Amino acid sequence: MNVVMHQVGAPGFLHRFEGLRDRLPGGRLPWLATLRAQAAEAFRAQGFPTRRVEAWKYTDLAPVAEAGFDEPLTPMDDAMDLPPAQAGARAVFVDGRFRADLSSLDGLPFEVSSVARHLDALEGRLGALARPGEEPMAALNTMLFEDGLLLDLPEGVEGGVLELLSLATASERPSAFHPRHLIRLAKGAKLTLIETATGPEGARYLHNPVFEVEVAEGAWLTHGRLQQEAPRAFQLSTIYATVAAGGTYDNFTLNAGGRLVRNEIHVTLTGPGAACHMNGAQLLAGDQHADTTTALDHAAPSCASRQTYKTVLMGRSRGVFQGKILVRQVAQKTDGYQMNQALLLSPEAEMDSKPQLEIYADDVKCSHGATVGELDAEQVFYLRSRGIPETQARAMLVQAFLHEAVEGVTDEALRRALDAAVEGWWARQEETLAA
Amino acid sequence: MLKIEGLTATVDGKPILKGIDLEIPSGEVHAVMGPNGSGKSTLAYVLAGREGYEVTGGSATWDGHDLLSMEPEERAAAGLFLAFQYPVELPGVGNATFLRTALNAIRRARGEPELDAMQFLKLARQRMRELSMPEDMLKRSVNVGFSGGEKKRNEILQLALLRPKLAVLDETDSGLDIDALRIVADGVNAMRGPDFAALVITHYQRLLDYIVPDRVHVLMNGRIVRSGGPELAKELESEGYAAIQARAA
Repeated sequence: MNVVMHQVGAPGFLHRFEGLRDRLPGGRLPWLATLRAQAAEAFRAQGFPTRRVEAWKYTDLAPVAEAGFDEPLTPMDDAMDLPPAQAGARAVFVDGRFRADLSSLDGLPFEVSSVARHLDALEGRLGALARPGEEPMAALNTMLFEDGLLLDLPEGVEGGVLELLSLATASERPSAFHPRHLIRLAKGAKLTLIETATGPEGARYLHNPVFEVEVAEGAWLTHGRLQQEAPRAFQLSTIYATVAAGGTYDNFTLNAGGRLVRNEIHVTLTGPGAACHMNGAQLLAGDQHADTTTALDHAAPSCASRQTYKTVLMGRSRGVFQGKILVRQVAQKTDGYQMNQALLLSPEAEMDSKPQLEIYADDVKCSHGATVGELDAEQVFYLRSRGIPETQARAMLVQAFLHEAVEGVTDEALRRALDAAVEGWWARQEETLAA
Repeated sequence: MLKIEGLTATVDGKPILKGIDLEIPSGEVHAVMGPNGSGKSTLAYVLAGREGYEVTGGSATWDGHDLLSMEPEERAAAGLFLAFQYPVELPGVGNATFLRTALNAIRRARGEPELDAMQFLKLARQRMRELSMPEDMLKRSVNVGFSGGEKKRNEILQLALLRPKLAVLDETDSGLDIDALRIVADGVNAMRGPDFAALVITHYQRLLDYIVPDRVHVLMNGRIVRSGGPELAKELESEGYAAIQARAA
């Protein structure tokens, strides 16, 4: 009798890479084979980081490292149950693979395609920003990615709104997928990308996406991320973005789903007048753990960055915010702002935050703040004294708490999607509380 | 009819109300006056049901409802309204949303249909004109960045919208200039009628020139030490609380 041993954790992934390397997309492209081999070495050296690694001090990946993951076995015959579309155009990925048959991309003023189908044209671009040597999850992604969204907005194009739907399927054993998304906006181009990540209730999987985003001079990318993964899922995402002179990268991330989630964003402002907004809300309950880690590199003068993150914690959930702002010597007239606030709705919930400023220029304006608090009893009483029932009063104050992060979202489609996601989350919590 | 009997209450274990007896029939406005620390605000908060104010004895009923056993929102639904001495700021909660949510909560409790956004705006604008309030106060966060007078007017706007049967006004006159005082008093007077009762808590007689009470009670050291007609307020103004205290002792 044969006993199949499933290796777990990092060795499991390395083992799979050894077995699959020639069959992975682009396996015959020498540059890509080299890139993957280097990433495998980096991942072998680092493995899944433990909490002894400074960047992972507050997030324990043991549940991921101890689980065994298979390749996703996407059922092809079942009809897919897609959530309603957030915008007209939608690119659909199932278990990390592009599904043209499920996508609706007609009438867009630019081309949307799949990384897997264009790998021979991506030498020098794929991997230009990601740093597998420093971020082990990017190493794992580079080693095993199969597909991803490939977006190129030509100069001056108004791209409108595009939704990126990432859907996981349920399978007997946990699966892992590592999409690599490449997004490039040429000079003056503009796009709102709304990314929704979700999966069926009982599904167990690791979704490990890496984004490489290039925003050219005067271009503007609004990148909304609605993370609503299945309750037992892991999502560890890493975004690398560069913003040229006068360009804007505007990221809003909602962390509402998943069992263990990390949202890591590295942005480099490379030209004068570049701007970056990073806002987000983490809505956590039960045993959820969500980590937002940002690293903002002011590498050019007269750039502005704004970060506002709000975390609401219920149950025994844990929230993490780590935010680093690096202002290089050349980056005079930098205007940086970072605010991170948490609202604890349960005595067992916990929040860790670590702001970090590293400033080498002398003419800069940089501020940061962090608060952790509970709902104000006086405010709750004021609302109740006006006849508003306690649960509704608390809901109003939680929404008010999130308001500052959410009000920065000016894109209408994204704002609608976000409001719906926040309301849905709150309704689920009320059901849980009422039960 | 508000009926308070032998009401005692503590804050942080310290006795503040030491046996209050007070009756306010519907259709009447009573003033409770007293020096700082006499228990005026405690009486207001105990009636509204604020946490941290522990009732240790006595009773308070409103039209037969046992107020003290009800949640704050149930008291509001039963017709009680407290105008706060220090209206609470609610950053991120739009004033219009707040007012409409409160009004609809009360209407639901009364079995009346809820108002949609348009119906509400029409009503709110009308009430605001009556109170000389600028319309942009609807768009701002509740009480955030409001001047002292604006905050008090916002309380009276709530009174005018929610139309309670029993209003407790906790030092609504503090921090108001004479024009604002007149507007606030007009707002309260407009509510007067056979189905409305009010308890006006104040330190000074000035407010009572504009809201003329049917009865005046003097609260000192947790007890009502004297009651009388509106002339009692004038007496207090000229003689001071010390004289009353000396006489009551």
